[in-house]
Amino acid sequence: MATQQTRSLARMMMAPSVILLLVWMIVPLAFTLWFSFQQYNPLNPIRDGFVGFANYALFWSNPAFIQSIINTLLIVVCVLAITVILGILLALLLDQPIWGQGIVRILVISPFFVMPPVAALVWKNMIMHPGYGVFADIARFLGVQPVDWFAHYPLFSIILIVAWQWLPFATLILLTSLQSLDGEQKEAAEMDGAGFLARFWYLTLPHMSRAITVVILIQTIFLLAVYAEILVTTNGGPGFASTNLPFLVYQKALLEFKIGQASAGGIIAVILANIVAFFVMRAVGKNLDK
Amino acid sequence: MARAVTTQHKAVATIAAWVVAFLIFFPILYTIITSFKSETEAIAGFNLIPSGTLESYVEVQAQSNYFKFFLNSVILSVGSTILALAVAIPAAWSMAFSPTRRTKDILMWMLSTKMMPAVAVLFPIYLIFRDTGLLDSRIGLTIMLMLINLPIVVWMLYTYFREIPGEILEAARMDGASLWGEIWYVLTPMAVPGIASTMLLNIILAWNEAFWTIRLTTTEAAPLTAFISSFSSPQGLFWAKLSAASTLAIAPILIMGWFSQKQLVRGLTFGAVK
Repeated sequence: MATQQTRSLARMMMAPSVILLLVWMIVPLAFTLWFSFQQYNPLNPIRDGFVGFANYALFWSNPAFIQSIINTLLIVVCVLAITVILGILLALLLDQPIWGQGIVRILVISPFFVMPPVAALVWKNMIMHPGYGVFADIARFLGVQPVDWFAHYPLFSIILIVAWQWLPFATLILLTSLQSLDGEQKEAAEMDGAGFLARFWYLTLPHMSRAITVVILIQTIFLLAVYAEILVTTNGGPGFASTNLPFLVYQKALLEFKIGQASAGGIIAVILANIVAFFVMRAVGKNLDK
Repeated sequence: MARAVTTQHKAVATIAAWVVAFLIFFPILYTIITSFKSETEAIAGFNLIPSGTLESYVEVQAQSNYFKFFLNSVILSVGSTILALAVAIPAAWSMAFSPTRRTKDILMWMLSTKMMPAVAVLFPIYLIFRDTGLLDSRIGLTIMLMLINLPIVVWMLYTYFREIPGEILEAARMDGASLWGEIWYVLTPMAVPGIASTMLLNIILAWNEAFWTIRLTTTEAAPLTAFISSFSSPQGLFWAKLSAASTLAIAPILIMGWFSQKQLVRGLTFGAVK
């Protein structure tokens, strides 16, 4: 009796969230799916109509498409490698007893709070600019020719910026995990004569494996969607050298008004994200059962 | 003897940590320094000591009405957070205190909506916004940011609420507290810290959101993310002005972020790492 009442109350309390998210997910996605099978050009509506899988074929045959998928994956994999490896090293360092630990932590975590356009523009102009950037100053000091990073290594430049933004996140989470490692276990291993490397490999790394998984999965969600950093630095160029899938879809939709192709690209992005999401859910879901 | 080694170890670790921290923080530090330079100083080569002029700050405000963008950022991030909390608190509450068999599935499904790539719905959302007149409106963008962060808000609140022991409720009930008495006098005080941390993290996320805020605004509702992005097509040299605008754009959130490190870990890992 009381439970019946509680249950319907619980349902009422949950309804707004569930309905909002349901509408927000289903309606636009249904539109996109529909558009992906249509010829639709708001500027030239004469030839509009159903075209089957033609948009997917067009998107697929576009040389920019393969390039954008490769770039998307390169950004994800390289940034993950950099942030996880440096993140582990940094976490190990910050876990040592040091003077001024609080301030060091604050300095290290700061880049995470910098909004993407600011991060990208600061790196582009103040650090990596071939004429006035700090890298150019260093190059001149060393007597070598300054490098025009965004013209010659566009994708590398973007990876560098994005890695700088996400290194704090990886470090903070790995450090949190490291600090929950049982001190007695460490001492016992030390007494048994295990060296630093052995302790790291057999004790610390397995302990951190869960946190590493979480870092990889959550960063992947965000790294698949890198956008503002490209927009304000290379604008996808030169050519398509630094165009990733989100950026290509944006160009198709809002600059070229090829809505059908853009929608096909969007659906492909959904599929890509779903593959990742599957693993994220499994990792997070396990935690719920505990 | 052992103590001497420890001190030495600590000194080496300290130096290494400070050097690394300085390198990581350097781009931010250099931006702050450059914001106090004049434009000619800013491009005159590497220099860590600015003349201390405030002309860039004055000019950013005078030329582009900086304060309007700042105000939009505040309205959008705080507004969307309050809206999200209003929707999410009842949901998280009921899932934490009267879970059913389907609670876990619903939570998982909510999380999955967060993983939908924004570009996949860019054009439909753009159309809907255009046809309903929401394009470049604060209301439209507030709703948008609320929807984007709603899954994280529900999740974070849920993990906090779940830690409130159920026995306390039973004890209150035994003492004759009514349902509202229970909620108001027993649960609310215990839930406030969790709600506050959720709020803080969500404001940070909404403030820095840089896809929808750039694409769905032009002038009226444009927040700082859109304003800063307009600096990407340079007309002449603008290093000092860019630095001043950037410093103002990141300062409030940087300070909030420093206070929310612990909650950040928890919120962004959906409670998987504490």
